[in-house]
Amino acid sequence: MKLLRMKPGHGEILLAEGDVEVHEEEQRLIEAFRHELDAGMWAAVPSEHTDGRRRAELVKRFSDVPRDAERVIFFPRAAGGAPRTAR
Amino acid sequence: MLLALGTAAVVLVVLLWELARPRALPALVRLRARLQLRSREAAQIGYDPGRERRAEQRARELLRSCVDREDWAMYRDLGFLRVWGGLGERAHAAGASYAYLIYPHRPLVAYVPQTGALLNEYCVAFPDHTRPYGSARLPDSDDVLAKWMALHADERRLIEEANMHLPGRQIDPERVRRDLVRLSRWERERSDGATDIVRAA
Repeated sequence: MKLLRMKPGHGEILLAEGDVEVHEEEQRLIEAFRHELDAGMWAAVPSEHTDGRRRAELVKRFSDVPRDAERVIFFPRAAGGAPRTAR
Repeated sequence: MLLALGTAAVVLVVLLWELARPRALPALVRLRARLQLRSREAAQIGYDPGRERRAEQRARELLRSCVDREDWAMYRDLGFLRVWGGLGERAHAAGASYAYLIYPHRPLVAYVPQTGALLNEYCVAFPDHTRPYGSARLPDSDDVLAKWMALHADERRLIEEANMHLPGRQIDPERVRRDLVRLSRWERERSDGATDIVRAA
């Protein structure tokens, strides 16, 4: 499983990577996961539905992340009011 | 006695302010201008077109890996994504009662697919307050992916976070109508292309 974070000027960066079946690696993933959520990030798990359509799920706890998920993507939480731009 | 002292103190303060004002006000204006200049310089120093281009390339790859092939082709060819409204009765289908257009760093535009009528603009951003390189803006494709994920995962929550406005507040309605025509043409062409391939097979 990879924990990725969107970042201005970077694109995504890899925060942590590990096998959730290996205890130490899972702990490292949990720690990184909590750190991002504490920093106010939203966490999304992209997935593929049984009908073949791709979708995403927002998760608030590491235990909500499917064990077979390949990626968790963190991004800044939504805030109302996009910057005014010229038409 | 106390009243007299208090009054004298107030008069003294007012007199001192009157004496200092001719110098203090221009000094404050100069200070503010210096701070603004410094902040503009910092922003310019932090901006690197090459880095931003590389960031956008990575963001496009991430977007491509997360959305459907059809959606990716739509974004690549047209510059925006369409997401069916999930709160309607016939969600996630071409018969959905409403849909959104996702533009990078622009509001979501809700519209009625059957008529093309524009419903609302939902102004929403994903500002990164850590501001690496002085900017809180995600690369364009990351902004689109963030909106796509949030709409798919929790449409109601995203819409609640957004500021709702009538169409035309930030995006020219004519532009949106032109984009809907482009989208319709694009879908027809892809559909015709797919039919031709099936026939040829």
